[in-house]
Amino acid sequence: MTLPLILVIGGLVAWPAGYAIYLSTLNRRMTEFIGLTNFEILLESDSFRMVIFQSVFFAVTAVILKALIGFWLAHMLHHIPTKGQRKWRGMLLVPWVIPPALSTLGWWWMFDPSYSSINWLLNIFAVPSVPWLGEPWWARISVIIVNVWYGAPFFMIMYLAALKSVPEALYEAAAIDGATSWQRLRYITLPMMRNIISITVLFSLIVTFANYDIVRVLTNGGPRDLTHVFASYAFQVGILAGNIPRGAAVSLFMFPILGVIAFFVLRGINKRNREEA
Amino acid sequence: MSASMAPQAHPRGIFHKAGSLRAERRWALWSAYISLVIAAIIMLAPPFYMLLTSIKTSAEIADLSGNPWWVNAPTFENYWALINNPMFRGFFYNSVKVTIAVVAISMVISVLAAFALGRMRFWGSQFLATGVFLTYLVPDTLLFIPLYQIVGGLGLLDNAWGLVLVYPTLTVPFCTWIMIGYFASIPKELDEAALIDGANWMQMLTRIFIPVALPGIIAATIFAFTVSWAAFVYPTAFITSPSEMPMTIGVVSQLIRGDTFAWGQLMAGALLAALPPVVVYAFLMDYYIAGLTAGATKG
Repeated sequence: MTLPLILVIGGLVAWPAGYAIYLSTLNRRMTEFIGLTNFEILLESDSFRMVIFQSVFFAVTAVILKALIGFWLAHMLHHIPTKGQRKWRGMLLVPWVIPPALSTLGWWWMFDPSYSSINWLLNIFAVPSVPWLGEPWWARISVIIVNVWYGAPFFMIMYLAALKSVPEALYEAAAIDGATSWQRLRYITLPMMRNIISITVLFSLIVTFANYDIVRVLTNGGPRDLTHVFASYAFQVGILAGNIPRGAAVSLFMFPILGVIAFFVLRGINKRNREEA
Repeated sequence: MSASMAPQAHPRGIFHKAGSLRAERRWALWSAYISLVIAAIIMLAPPFYMLLTSIKTSAEIADLSGNPWWVNAPTFENYWALINNPMFRGFFYNSVKVTIAVVAISMVISVLAAFALGRMRFWGSQFLATGVFLTYLVPDTLLFIPLYQIVGGLGLLDNAWGLVLVYPTLTVPFCTWIMIGYFASIPKELDEAALIDGANWMQMLTRIFIPVALPGIIAATIFAFTVSWAAFVYPTAFITSPSEMPMTIGVVSQLIRGDTFAWGQLMAGALLAALPPVVVYAFLMDYYIAGLTAGATKG
């Protein structure tokens, strides 16, 4: 009964992963074995070093913001009466339900240099227009904004589920002991949620790090290739420029980082399962 | 009343305490609502703006003098243009075709596998369950280049059926994983009783596990649906001709032409493409969330 599953994992994940390693050691026309030359060429190029920097910066900043905003929203939702929670939760989850490639189109339009509706709002408050996608740092910030907008609701539902699992009695006991709300957060909520927080953060780190849709639609790596992340650069090099081995090498750079994160996710989950058992 | 009048000399008086607690609660409630309203405005602004743009005429979109957050002459012409566009209908049809096939395949594979992994203890089952989870953590952006070669080798590039072959890499691991969780929560006594009554494994699965774990199965189905509807990396890599494109890549790549974008149509197209998942989620939100939170927290 597990045979189809093994076929999917083996044939469509494990085999391609191995094949990718093989591909990355070939020359451009895939006729000759050239060892690690592709990796060397990449590491020596300035634009690829920029890709490494941008991927890490993007993933870390976006995940931290998502986690903080998600935690805040989950907390706020938890505070209001249960009856209204479903309605609010539904509204706040909308960004996460729309396929990101499509909602990013909307953002792209909102960032449009001459018609930007965000700049229009800023101008009302006498804030000068921002060149959202035209200037490298603003383009980086724009990509992060869209990713945070899309991903924060996911953190929100995870944390909300976790908050609901913290026994109310602990808070009552703390209230009797005269604990402040900060102390309750620090000594009850955070320790009880520690595991879920770390699993969600690590998991989101993987997804964000490997993100493709938003960069592809919003900036397509521009301006001057400065907002490329691993995935979009691999696409650019491998599919669009037709250098498949080099593209495979680019995406393989993600592998060790993702491997390390996956190890910690798995450890966190095993720990959690043991606690529950 | 006594709370506010509690003398300064007894700041730790019980009345003062109770009053400040109530004030604190009220303040917390207010700040909660204020934050939620602000958050909801930010979260809903982009889709709302997309909707506004989609019901504007091209002239109104191009007019820089007006308020972009308002529509003067609402029109459905962008939607009509798209619905009457055979290419756009083709995108929709491709998405539906691929998604139905992927959901069916993923659910069969993952229910069978989860049943086997959850109940039959055999050599390597623990190892395989971990493997399933690790596969779930492998992002599609890591695999699209080798898969491009493999799908190309099979002659399925630029063919919507090629997507049916690769999407299960996104859906099967997670569906299996949450199904294992749901099946594990079914009490052992149930299947022991069925075994005593002479049921075989298959009967046990269809008569007991599937009905009892139905919420989990619904959650997994919605997940598979959402993922294959929204998939973007594989279709951008594999599909080049408009006739084979699903919604996501079709809207992104084909409705943008030249330097002047038909923003009204583009936004209408994006909203139409986003509609199916939003509708599904509006009705089945609770199942979806239950499945996801179970999946990410329990395993």
